[in-house]
Amino acid sequence: MEKFVTVEKVGQTFDTKKGKFVALRDIDLSIAQGEFVTLIGHSGCGKSTLLNLIAGLTQPSIGVLLCDGREIGGPGPERAVVFQNHSLLPWLTSFENVHLAVERVFGAKEGKAKLRDRTHAALELVGLTPAAHKYPHEISGGMKQRVGIARALSMQPKVLLMDEPFGALDALTRARLQDELMKICDATKATTVMVTHDVDEAVLLSDRIVMMTNGPAATIGEVLKVELPRPRNRLDLAHDARYIDYRAAVLEFLYDKQAGHKLAA
Amino acid sequence: MDAMTMDTPAILPAMAESGRKMAMPRAVPAALKPAAGAGAALQAPTGGGATPGDAGKAGLAAASERAEKLRAFLKAVLPPLIGFGVFIGIWYLATLKASGLPGPVQTWKAASVLFADPFYSNGPNDQGIGWNVLSSLKRVAVGFGFAALAGIPLGFILGRFAFMSAMINPLISLLRPVSPLAWLPIGLLVFQKADPAATWTIFICSIWPMIINTAVGVQRVPQDYLNVARVLALPEWQVMTRILFPAVLPYMLTGIRLSIGTAWLVIVAAEMLTGGVGIGFWVWDEWNNLKVEHIIIAIFVIGIVGLLLEQFLVMLAKRFTYENT
Repeated sequence: MEKFVTVEKVGQTFDTKKGKFVALRDIDLSIAQGEFVTLIGHSGCGKSTLLNLIAGLTQPSIGVLLCDGREIGGPGPERAVVFQNHSLLPWLTSFENVHLAVERVFGAKEGKAKLRDRTHAALELVGLTPAAHKYPHEISGGMKQRVGIARALSMQPKVLLMDEPFGALDALTRARLQDELMKICDATKATTVMVTHDVDEAVLLSDRIVMMTNGPAATIGEVLKVELPRPRNRLDLAHDARYIDYRAAVLEFLYDKQAGHKLAA
Repeated sequence: MDAMTMDTPAILPAMAESGRKMAMPRAVPAALKPAAGAGAALQAPTGGGATPGDAGKAGLAAASERAEKLRAFLKAVLPPLIGFGVFIGIWYLATLKASGLPGPVQTWKAASVLFADPFYSNGPNDQGIGWNVLSSLKRVAVGFGFAALAGIPLGFILGRFAFMSAMINPLISLLRPVSPLAWLPIGLLVFQKADPAATWTIFICSIWPMIINTAVGVQRVPQDYLNVARVLALPEWQVMTRILFPAVLPYMLTGIRLSIGTAWLVIVAAEMLTGGVGIGFWVWDEWNNLKVEHIIIAIFVIGIVGLLLEQFLVMLAKRFTYENT
């Protein structure tokens, strides 16, 4: 398995008014090309902190992160992020939001018509062609999140980073978007890291589930390899013994081994 | 479902009837309209020969809608009309006894003479009210324009760099509460002329809200948008034009609105002091001529122009405010 993203001995400390706060320590993780990895853990365990580190939005206090053999020095379009709250620019239409990204990544080499084609293709991929010229406030939460995904995919990133992308959606919309995401990832072979706190989502989507211990000073507790054949179907999996075992393993980690957080909260 | 189809036809004619009499409580039709539509739709297949009744209902519904619109219109227009009526009444009664103050009738007569020819010009000290208002507006526009040119970039700098903000904010806090008229002598000294000195006071009073609101807007640009910019690795000028400027625009427009509001307040006082052509000077001139009814007219004109400016800017702000959900 070739390492594509590597996290080596990474720790993250924040300066707060009460002194230093250790958010993450001793994180070692490597992700292969085309792999789908989810980070799961209780809230406050530093999943998003780790994702931001891979994105380059923050710098680690110690340790090093590599992507495709190069140190991650800052954010960039080769590591596209789908933000938790979609983060669409409200003064741009869906089309324009995606086009801004396309223009940035391909604008130097490609003509206007090609850029438009790319934008339309990305919106079509998430089934949003009819809403292309609507503004974010005119479309539903699920559609906004899909525009966010289209924007990220349109950049043809080496790594797709998703921070609880479906967290704010209702269960039905979430299930539909998970299915769409699986299809897209199968088609594009995108290397994906997703933060989630939804056990079913993690098992359904992942090749590996990285389970994190509770903060402060959170680290990786266990890593579970999910060896379910693809394409996966949520209905079939519901009765699959392996699926049920994987699910139980994650639940056990979260609510038995890491239950302290829940009790404290 | 059944209960609804049975209920609605009974309510519908009664509703339309009371609608025509205009005695219906306002909330009822809005609540019942969808139900009435659904009732009619559900009835059509079951009740075979219901067509003439349906047409009648449609007519009644249209009538009730017209009544509804009329009522909404009256509700919007009537209270302000009564307010103005009461005001003019009190004014009339108050001026019956007090001899110096002109009453509404006298003022109205003076106004019709004045507005018959608002744009006459008999030399610099005797011009129509139209010219006076226009030259005041021109001073406000020029003073405000310079304030925007200086204040908006300064606001961006203050919002973007904490050091600059820490450096300049105490100065702004110190100078902002000062009446802009206190700056008038400085303007007279520097520019050696009355007209640019009046514009200078407008500049001073306009610049503070521009700086402060722009800076606040820049500081409140959601981190998410800036993270998007970082992930896309947008160059700084694109961060400015594509992210910061549109995000700050609503705040800037608030600054503009406050600035122009204050400027319109200040110009009257400044012109009283500097003289020349302008609505403020005109008020003072008419006081010297003891034409009090003209002063009252000026008060209304200043109010109306201020209101129009405000409304125009509110409209502009609505156009450029983005719903963020």
